[in-house]
Amino acid sequence: MSAAATERKCILRLENISLAFDDGSKVLDGVNLAMWAGETKIILGAAGAGKTVMFKIALGLLKPTSGRIYLFGQDVTDFKEAQWFEVRSHIGVLFQEGGLFDSLTIEENVAYPLVNRTNQTPEQAHPAVKEALEFVELGHTLGKFPSELSGGMRRRVGIARAGISDPALLLYDSPTAGLDPITANNIMALIIQEREMRNATSAIISHRFQDGHIMANFRYNPESKRLERIPDDSPLRKSTRFVVMRDGRVVFEGSEAELDASSDPYISKFSMQRSAH
Amino acid sequence: MLDILKSPIVTFQEFILLAGRATTNIVRRPFYGSDVILQMDTIGVGSLPITILIGFFSGAVMALQMSRALSQYGATGQVGQITAITLVREMGPVLTALLVAGRNASGIASELGSMKVTEQIDAMRALGTDPIKKLVTPRLIATCFTLPLLTIVADFIGIIGGYLVAVPLLALTTSSQYWNNAWRSLEYNDIAQGLLKPLVFAVIISLVGCLYGIRTTGGTQGVGRATTQAVVVASVWIFVCTFLITRIFVNI
Ligand SMILES: Nc1ncnc2c1ncn2[C@@H]1O[C@H](COP(=O)(O)OP(=O)(O)O)[C@@H](O)[C@H]1O
Ligand SMILES: [Mg+2]
Repeated sequence: MSAAATERKCILRLENISLAFDDGSKVLDGVNLAMWAGETKIILGAAGAGKTVMFKIALGLLKPTSGRIYLFGQDVTDFKEAQWFEVRSHIGVLFQEGGLFDSLTIEENVAYPLVNRTNQTPEQAHPAVKEALEFVELGHTLGKFPSELSGGMRRRVGIARAGISDPALLLYDSPTAGLDPITANNIMALIIQEREMRNATSAIISHRFQDGHIMANFRYNPESKRLERIPDDSPLRKSTRFVVMRDGRVVFEGSEAELDASSDPYISKFSMQRSAH
Repeated sequence: MLDILKSPIVTFQEFILLAGRATTNIVRRPFYGSDVILQMDTIGVGSLPITILIGFFSGAVMALQMSRALSQYGATGQVGQITAITLVREMGPVLTALLVAGRNASGIASELGSMKVTEQIDAMRALGTDPIKKLVTPRLIATCFTLPLLTIVADFIGIIGGYLVAVPLLALTTSSQYWNNAWRSLEYNDIAQGLLKPLVFAVIISLVGCLYGIRTTGGTQGVGRATTQAVVVASVWIFVCTFLITRIFVNI
């Protein structure tokens, strides 16, 4: 690791995390992961590789059988639920299924983190909520319920909710799962926009190699309001790192070029270069 | 052998733990008052029509069944007493509880179960809300408050049902004798167990529903499984507890 990188703050570190459920099967087996401030992490892996479980461990929603978790420089492994609430208030999350509350309107859903954590009244939260929903082009759905929206729209509401409290760390679990390619690319464009707007550290879980490629090679141009290719010599390119998981282990970590160069058949499944031919 | 015992013991342990956490949350802030009101409406008001119906027919059928036995002994005048005592002590609490278990233990389990499998409960925790406080405690309070009230309604309507069979239909006794007999037969002991039972059943119904809901795994199929299990387990425990409570009161 370069000298510049070591100076940066470590946002999230998972150290030798293992998890076995009651039936004894190991779902995670000695996982190590570090996320540095300003970094974008693409976590790839087939279904059942343990991506969601790892994400929930990083949020304190599941307790690991062994290993240690560090968030924002604190060892949070043995934190009680009440202490976790404080830690989680700095993390924005999008769940795989969207995780929207069925019984609340879209406005109440997006306002939830503000109303709950900062004790704002719904009226006080309204302008921020409206802005966040307009950002994902859903400003007209405030009074609707999640069941009235399409899968892609629900994901977009989830993205608005994840970013609303201006978190230092953004975690997206499979934002494009189950969506058609066009909708999926729109979602990725929003995530890139959110990354750049909030300047947050982000982790994106995916099973689609295209998602990682977009995150690593494109940035949002606020003037043209479009995505544009990041120039080859830009330092921005170095900030996107790839992780590949298989059967509860991290089997690859590195840059996109290193991913493309891998000769392992499982790992190269997630590489844009290989998959292209 | 140990493995067969392990799962019910773990479940019972989880039940006690949930009961503890849900109860201590009653006095901790924030208090989700509107959730309590909403649950009282679905559990209490929602179950009222069917409670009235079942209460009426259980009283009526009781009087009908007793009419033959009582006339054999020439004791038809006692029909009010028998109807009132059986309803207040046993039939009212148990039938109402079984009804509410069927309606609401299943409703609670399926609602919380689908929240679990669609990651809404995880989202709640991630966004700073304790799901026990937000989901379990309001359901516990609402059931404990409404089930005794529903039971009282069922008891009363049942006694009226018995009256309609005993007096206008079969002319077993006079109107004033029926009511006098029913009213005076009820002792402190009967009322006490008639109110203690619904309170205990309310704890069982709400917490079993919540526990099976929150433990749901395995997608939509899991929700169906949790719902069925919640009703079966709650109903069995209602019978076990009514036996235990009656056993205690018989000795007093
Ligand atoms: N609550 C649970 N109990 C038992 N096994 C689980 C549980 N949650 C997840 N698993 C198992 O853990 C493995 C990894 O799951 P997951 O992290 O959801 O995979 P993915 O990488 O597709 O997100 C899967 O084999 C899954 O069956
Ligand atoms: Mg997953």
